Amino acid sequence: MTTVPVIELADVSKIYPLPSGDVLALDHLSIKIERGEFVAIMGPSGSGKSTLLNQIGGLDVPTSGTLRITGKNIRKMSDDKLTDLRLNAIGYIFQKFNLIPLLSAYENVEYPYILKHRCNDTTGRVSRLLADVGINKRLAKHKPAELSGGQQQRVAIARALVNDPDILLCDEPTGNLDTKTGGQIMEMLNGLHDQGRTVIIVTHDPSVGEQAERIIRIRDGKVADA
Amino acid sequence: MKNDIILQLSVRSIRLNFLRSLLAAIGIVIGVVAISSMGMMGANMTMSVTEELSAMANVLVVKPDSGGGGGGMMGGGGSSGDDDYIDKDQFDDIERAAGKYGNVYPLYQESDTITIGDDERRATIYGMRDEDMATILTVANGTLPQTSSSVVVGPTFAENNDLTIGSRITIGDEDDEEAIIQKVRVVGILEEKGMSMDLNSDNAIIMTEKAYNGLYGGEGEYDQVNVILYDINDADTATEAIEDKLNRKEDEVAVQDSSRMMESITSTVSTLTTFVMAIAGISLLVAATSIFNVMMMSVTERIREIGILRSIGTRKSEVLRMFIYEAVILGLVGAIIGAIMSVILGWLVVLAMVGTTKYFFTFASLIYVPVSMAIGIAICIFSGVYPAWRAANLDPIEALRSD
Repeated sequence: MTTVPVIELADVSKIYPLPSGDVLALDHLSIKIERGEFVAIMGPSGSGKSTLLNQIGGLDVPTSGTLRITGKNIRKMSDDKLTDLRLNAIGYIFQKFNLIPLLSAYENVEYPYILKHRCNDTTGRVSRLLADVGINKRLAKHKPAELSGGQQQRVAIARALVNDPDILLCDEPTGNLDTKTGGQIMEMLNGLHDQGRTVIIVTHDPSVGEQAERIIRIRDGKVADA
Repeated sequence: MKNDIILQLSVRSIRLNFLRSLLAAIGIVIGVVAISSMGMMGANMTMSVTEELSAMANVLVVKPDSGGGGGGMMGGGGSSGDDDYIDKDQFDDIERAAGKYGNVYPLYQESDTITIGDDERRATIYGMRDEDMATILTVANGTLPQTSSSVVVGPTFAENNDLTIGSRITIGDEDDEEAIIQKVRVVGILEEKGMSMDLNSDNAIIMTEKAYNGLYGGEGEYDQVNVILYDINDADTATEAIEDKLNRKEDEVAVQDSSRMMESITSTVSTLTTFVMAIAGISLLVAATSIFNVMMMSVTERIREIGILRSIGTRKSEVLRMFIYEAVILGLVGAIIGAIMSVILGWLVVLAMVGTTKYFFTFASLIYVPVSMAIGIAICIFSGVYPAWRAANLDPIEALRSD
């Protein structure tokens, strides 16, 4: 029995209709990413890598072609189904951390857990994840604005992992961090890959990209080489 | 749901922008207070007027049918026209028809010039049969008049003209040579009776039938006949009985039923109340605009946060709920504070405008508190719907990109 790729794009195009003329952001793109892979998507600005990330992350749907995430065709999904897919199957790590400013570090990690389970975490999973990424109990009570960039990104990683997703999607995860902190975050992502998680990193930083098992280069909405 | 994280986010957002939220809620407070205190004032006024009028509602006033006009309670000044009176036979008929339903008594009424000391003015003068005086009038001070030269006066009349027992009044125009002048002495001052349809004794001079006929003539030509009903529910039956007896061939008399008047007065009061409440409602409209503004600001400021929430798996409906909760909380807080304040302010307004708060704690009055609360909360939700809908339908990608 062959395993189903965790992400499969077949002939995917994305067109943004603009008054000045349609923009073809993804041009008949076909990519397969297997479970447990560590993939870097690289390319210059405007190459379409952000658009690709939005498709894989279930934030946007292709104009044409087939995009399967964990075997499910997302073009046929309703907005609620797509939202549930983001909640359950995808862990997001953003360049700007994107923690919810109103919630403490602990609550930020617990938030997706509550959305999924409709109750507070009583299993200690949130605390465990925070400890794993090096956020102690005292720091966990702080609001994101009271944490350093590196600490915020650690919290974001814990949040991404809380619902045990199939895919860890990282958008320039070290882009807003200094070299040393960035290195620590990359180490952490490497560790997660070693534990068997699928990690996809979108980056334009070659030093980040080279840590991946495979680099997919995008240029003008097409795969440049694989 | 015991722990609703969406609700928590709403609460925290309000707490974070406490002053702004408070100001918006104050708008609701003002609206709720305005509507409910105006409503309570109207309700209390209606109840108070109804009670005052009920005291006089048990009266039927029979007047000569003048073919349309002539309905005024205070008989017009000057001489009565040829047919503008109820004669003795008609009075007997009325008494026969309505006697079993109430106390029937005739009344003479005139408006004339009087002189007290050096002051000349006009006054209402009533003439009454001795036996009626004894049953209808209550003297506060002095006695009822026995002779043609003695009168009783109402308390308001006495006060306005500085009259006491023993004061002298000259009735009739002294400058008019043809006029009959009668000097009378005040022997009694009546108790206050309040507004009434049959006889406004508070501001009048009342003399015996004999004295009245001596001044103005017309013995047995009454200006009106009053029926004081034993039971207010007999009003229609008694009216019919009188009309059957006297108006069979032609309309000889007109019967005025005071309960009709009461209905029309209470309906006027309630129309006024509705009108005033509608004006008060404008304040809620202003509040709605302010809530809408606060909600729109909240959405605009939190676009990025909404993007984050959506990207990590928050449904559209949950984002919608988050902002609706915010509006509901603002409305609820405003409405509760408004309710407490409107009980206090309403009480003061009722005391000031109606003069009595004895009906304040009744259902008909206090119902305006929950009603205005409901209107306040509904307005909040209404003005929160569009901002919430906008928030829920933001494109998560666009929202994440904003700063």
